[in-house]
Amino acid sequence: MGQTITEKIFAAHLRDTPTPGNMVLDIDVIMCHEITTPIAIMDLMEKGMDRVCDPTRIKAVIDHVTPPKDSKTATQAKIMRDWAKRHNIKDFFDIGRNGVCHALFPEKGFIRPGNTVIMGDSHTCTHGAFGAFAAGVGTTDLEVGIFKGVCAFRTPKSLKIEVTGTLQKGVVAKDIILNIIKKLTVNGGTDLVIEFCGPVIDAMNMSSRMTLCNMAVEAGATSGVCRPDLVTAQYLWPFIKDEYQSPEQAAEAFCRWHSDADAHYERVLTLDVSTLAPQVTYGFKPDNVKDISEMEGTKIDQVYIGSCTNGRIEDIREAAAIVRGKTIANSVRGILTPATPAIFSQALEEGLIKIFMDSGFCVLNPTCGACLGMSSGVLAEGEVCASTTNRNFNGRMGKGGMVHLMSPASAAAAAITGAITDPRRFLD
Amino acid sequence: MKQFGGPAAFIDRNDINTDEIIPAKYLTEITKKALQPHLLEDLHLEGVQFDPHSLEMQEARVLITRSNFGCGSSREHAVWALEVNDINVVIGESFARIFRQNMFNCGILAVELSKTDLDRLFALKGKVGVAVDLEREKLTATSGDATVECAFSLNAFDKKLIGAGGWLAFADANY
Repeated sequence: MGQTITEKIFAAHLRDTPTPGNMVLDIDVIMCHEITTPIAIMDLMEKGMDRVCDPTRIKAVIDHVTPPKDSKTATQAKIMRDWAKRHNIKDFFDIGRNGVCHALFPEKGFIRPGNTVIMGDSHTCTHGAFGAFAAGVGTTDLEVGIFKGVCAFRTPKSLKIEVTGTLQKGVVAKDIILNIIKKLTVNGGTDLVIEFCGPVIDAMNMSSRMTLCNMAVEAGATSGVCRPDLVTAQYLWPFIKDEYQSPEQAAEAFCRWHSDADAHYERVLTLDVSTLAPQVTYGFKPDNVKDISEMEGTKIDQVYIGSCTNGRIEDIREAAAIVRGKTIANSVRGILTPATPAIFSQALEEGLIKIFMDSGFCVLNPTCGACLGMSSGVLAEGEVCASTTNRNFNGRMGKGGMVHLMSPASAAAAAITGAITDPRRFLD
Repeated sequence: MKQFGGPAAFIDRNDINTDEIIPAKYLTEITKKALQPHLLEDLHLEGVQFDPHSLEMQEARVLITRSNFGCGSSREHAVWALEVNDINVVIGESFARIFRQNMFNCGILAVELSKTDLDRLFALKGKVGVAVDLEREKLTATSGDATVECAFSLNAFDKKLIGAGGWLAFADANY
């Protein structure tokens, strides 16, 4: 019997099998942010265990509320800062160099095909886009990761989703993943790794693959994963050019991680996206998804473009193409948060920031902020937000607020009209 | 070994997420105790008024709910919010993976039962007490003269974590 990519990664990192069906893995990349890490640090300190397994395997960032909004968030940042210094953690990103973790760390080349990655953040599954096993964990798992460099998982099971057909103009990775979550429901992926494959995925850039994997957890999945290929190698090229002769040769080497043809899957789904329309969520669960035509005309108060799902340069370009030369509706507050300083800088260079500012958008520094209702764009009771983020839970962006998840293009279209609008109306 | 069980509180809804268990605005706290007053404070149940500070909730040591409890964010604050309110067992049809692991990592119990068994528990009237026999993987819910017994099975590794008092202690001893 052949193996899936995830089974291959597990086998290559196996430290222990404490009981049948459970595997303790060596972890290559342990990522930390200021919301879930400080309690781990303080607990280790209290227990006299304030050590790190290997400072080079730890990547740390202050991203959720940055700059700090109050003394509590300033304290969280300080705990991280002091800890990184104390343990000589070189890859620590503070204000000015910080960005949303799941956009920043890929950009730095920290995740490679075949890696194991954990973070105290459920959207860690994003990094599966690189052909890695990347899982969100709680603070205790993170603490053990920091301290011992290991993490325990159940023997992996996989769900394969083959995406075929040709996407219509104005329909993007966000629409595909929302449609997949609708089909799987919010727990259809529990205890499974979703392997995205097929010609549509093969043709996607890394940004789109990250959007796809980012929301695997919204279907309950342990992670999402894509096959590492030439696209992966080209993205990583600045970081791997000393290891391989060419991106082609790197892509060839990545084949060792590819799932075998006779690998076992718990379930296999095929999705033809040729007739897929832009997708929008309507309720308080990410599987409450409809075609945009059923939601058109729904009034909105705020548009939020950003986050680990859709705050990358490709997303900003996609939204800018619609906003360009137009003014956002009077009734709408537009917020753009490029996910990292490099993305912000690139958007400036391409003139995209000016397009947004001219249209009436407020442009914020990179931060997670409003996505989880912590800062920088929290909703008031009864307000409605068209958002490129990943969760529409009740109260997620502010108590009593309603969040409609959608693509950057759809969010941009909503900003212009003041209501949910099919972005294809603005494309020729 | 730690004893599990006690008075139960019921929450009859699927897909209760970690934002509902503890809203993100409290994630700036750096002590677990600070989460105590905020457990489930914004929970909305269709057609029923939910009071997180009811006597039933205050007395509860066991929470009985439906499927996919703890979905969403990885925040262990959700488990700590239960812990600092002295809840040591959550019983449901299923749990989100990260939440379930966080429960066992903290040395407390997430017990999965079939929908049929859960329906039997939800049918109990009045004050319900739950006793958990970890060794025999059986739980007994009692309300007045009525008794419901259910068998459950724990993942062998999760059982080890309960025995060790959590993942940090287990990992420190073994790796």
